[in-house]
Amino acid sequence: MNSLILQTATRVLVALILVFSIYMLLRGHNYPGGGFIAGLIAASAFVLFAMAWGMEAAQSALKIPPSNLAAFGVFIAAISGMLALFSGEAPFSGQWLQVTGDKNSGGLTLSNVLIFDIGVYLAVLGAVLTLIFALEEPG
Amino acid sequence: MMGAVSDREGRVSEQATPGRWISLISPIAPAIVTIILMAHMPDISAGKEFSFGVTWVAALGISLRFYIDGLSFLFALLISGIGVFVAIYAAAYMRGDPDLRRFYGYLYLFMVGMLGLVLAGDLITLFVFWEITTISSYLLISYNNTSAIARRSALQALLITTLGGLCLLVGLLLLASVAGSFDLLQILAAGKTVRANPLYLPILILILIGAFCKSAQLPFHFWLPNAMAAPTPVSAYLHSATMVKAGIYLLARMHPVLAHTEYWEWILTCTGAATAAVAALAALRQTDLKLALAYTTLIALGTLTMFLGSDASAAVAAAITFLIVHSFYKAALFMVVGIIDKQTGTRSLNKLGGLGHSMHITVIAASAAALSMGGFPPFLGFIGKELKYEGALAVASEPALVATVAVFVNAVTVTVSGMVAIKPFWKKKPQHLPSVQEAPIGLWISPLILSGLGLTFGLAPDLIGGGLVEPALSVILGIPETIKLKLWHGINIPLLMSILTFVLGVIMYLGLRHMRAWLAWDFRHAPTNADEIWDKCLDLLKAFAALQTRILQNGIMRRYLTVIFTTVSLVLAYALIRGGQFPLEYAWPRLNLKEWAALLLTVGGAYMAGSARKPLIAICALGALGVGVALIYLFLGAPDVAITQLLVETLYLVLVAAILPRLPVFNPGRKVIFRPRDATLGAILGLLVTFSLLAVLQTPLDSPTTEFFEKTSVPEAHGRNIVNVILVDFRALDTFGEIIVVFTAAVAAVTLLGHQLRRGKQ
Repeated sequence: MNSLILQTATRVLVALILVFSIYMLLRGHNYPGGGFIAGLIAASAFVLFAMAWGMEAAQSALKIPPSNLAAFGVFIAAISGMLALFSGEAPFSGQWLQVTGDKNSGGLTLSNVLIFDIGVYLAVLGAVLTLIFALEEPG
Repeated sequence: MMGAVSDREGRVSEQATPGRWISLISPIAPAIVTIILMAHMPDISAGKEFSFGVTWVAALGISLRFYIDGLSFLFALLISGIGVFVAIYAAAYMRGDPDLRRFYGYLYLFMVGMLGLVLAGDLITLFVFWEITTISSYLLISYNNTSAIARRSALQALLITTLGGLCLLVGLLLLASVAGSFDLLQILAAGKTVRANPLYLPILILILIGAFCKSAQLPFHFWLPNAMAAPTPVSAYLHSATMVKAGIYLLARMHPVLAHTEYWEWILTCTGAATAAVAALAALRQTDLKLALAYTTLIALGTLTMFLGSDASAAVAAAITFLIVHSFYKAALFMVVGIIDKQTGTRSLNKLGGLGHSMHITVIAASAAALSMGGFPPFLGFIGKELKYEGALAVASEPALVATVAVFVNAVTVTVSGMVAIKPFWKKKPQHLPSVQEAPIGLWISPLILSGLGLTFGLAPDLIGGGLVEPALSVILGIPETIKLKLWHGINIPLLMSILTFVLGVIMYLGLRHMRAWLAWDFRHAPTNADEIWDKCLDLLKAFAALQTRILQNGIMRRYLTVIFTTVSLVLAYALIRGGQFPLEYAWPRLNLKEWAALLLTVGGAYMAGSARKPLIAICALGALGVGVALIYLFLGAPDVAITQLLVETLYLVLVAAILPRLPVFNPGRKVIFRPRDATLGAILGLLVTFSLLAVLQTPLDSPTTEFFEKTSVPEAHGRNIVNVILVDFRALDTFGEIIVVFTAAVAAVTLLGHQLRRGKQ
């Protein structure tokens, strides 16, 4: 598709959608969102890009092959699950690190759960793009 | 000579090969095991037992446990001891083979499996090792994998022993449930309970099928002669001393638990006798030395089974002694046949002769082993045979039958001894056979020692009597037994039977040509043989698989969906009518405007999808339907699900739009003919799903899980979005599995597409 309007809009929209996908990823724990949804959103950003600029442009914009991205996502999800081994708990148990504040009053906490969610995000994004890029290759 | 003639296994190269060093050190491991075992011989003969292990699956009461008593000790010693000689022999025999590492890998796997099997102290441990021997023997038989015959034989052996293995597994599980434990010791102690249980007969039959398949008893006997496609060291090891004895071991192991009933006695006696008799007739017909030996192995296995059927002390003692005797002479004879094969390039009796003039050492080994096999004094075989006759007369059920079969099969064994040890060496040398040299020491040393042991133990039977036979006998019978092995018993009925055996055997040997002619006639008129039936069964199975694949997996997506939808509809309708939930009383809820709009979108989308003429429009209509459903989720307070639904619908539309141009056009001439039917089917399924959901909602939801998540989400997982907390924390393992599925699906789809694309380009 060779539409000037779409191409111009896409430049802004893709960046916005990607930022929005990361926002959805991070807020997922307390509000609607999460790795799966965010991954789909990010994938739709690249699909939009591909529609406006062509599949090859989208692929080079992604820089790395999407299947590698998906594999990497699965990998870091696995790693985050293994972190529980250090505390002697079952795999995939949540590990929480209180950075500021204390447990009762809230404050900033970090956890392997976020890493896991990022893994899901990358896996979903990579898998969807793998499929779409493969379909669009000239046959 | 050696370099010029290709051996039967078709490998000729003589240059240095990778893995040669493995063959040189290979006897060390079994030798170490043998030495360790020998060191414990005094303990075992004193009646001591060893048991050790670790818990494996605590929840199911399964452990990786090993148990050594007189019986397992005997088998373990045979396996490791014969293993040493086989390894020495194989080092010379397999020399120059380009794939030695693979060979030794399989051989060691087999050795470990076999040792684990006889030392197992837990039923599951036993089964696992049992299957390891099955798999590794498959690999060993098909070692020469360029030969179609070897592959077929290996597959046949695998399928039959696996069939037996499955039956055995069920039998062992039933046995464990009756005895209340997987632990062998507790099962051995629970013999009375097991025999009184109504499940006794199924247990017995299943375990016996397992043992009979492994030990090649009628009607599962035909794989064993076919397995001779394996390299000779493998035949010598697997099909003489060890693997086929696994079934015998199982019978002996289970003897205290399952024997002492009429079923056990009759099934084992009759099967064993029939196997031995059929194998004896077949053995006489063979002109291939290795096959003749294979059939005498079947005779031996049948005889062992027959004697284990009895619970008379003399019969069991005969079985144990014969087991030891047989391992020595049969391994030695297989090796001798391997040497003949290697040096002359043939195993056929008709092409061999006059080898005795040049192969002096081989002929000594062959003669000594054959004399033991024929049961001539003063070899161990004689003691074994006298004991067999004594045992046969002591059998309670049918002493006449057992004694007759024993005399007949032993006479045939005498004949085969002559075939193996006299004909190739002393018959007149055929014209075409070039001059033959003696084999290198690596080949003849093992059979020489093994057959020498047969003579040594024959002259000094106390060497094995107290240390090996007695402990095993005591274990099987469950009471301490003593037995005195000796050559001279005085003039008694067994001795007379022995003389009869020799006379018969010599007559058959002299009249072998006439016997063969008669047997050939007899077999030609036999209705069919087991090997052919086996082939027919396999063909039938394959034909059935092809048929049901053609019907069910025909590759037409529409038919798949029709089948799935119809099946689900029928099941749902049955469940609804059966559960009395159908028809339902349902109060139509009051809907506001936006809900009406969502409903309209959904129903309209469905109608459009059902009636659209072009696929693209149908897909777009489905998209609209999806958006309607997403809206409904949103109104009902499930924003996560709604967002996911929307995104999936969007991406789905893009994907399908990209696929559509590639799809072939189905039924180009018939544009709408399928639609009413498809739409009706879809509508029926949709309605039924709706009704079942409503039915589910009518019963109050039991919601402890919901409460649990509501209560623990924030304090334990620090998250207020319960859906996401479940996904990434409480049920993270499930999610992990799901992303692996997503990833795999994408990769698989790309592979398929790439394949299609490449094909399209061509």
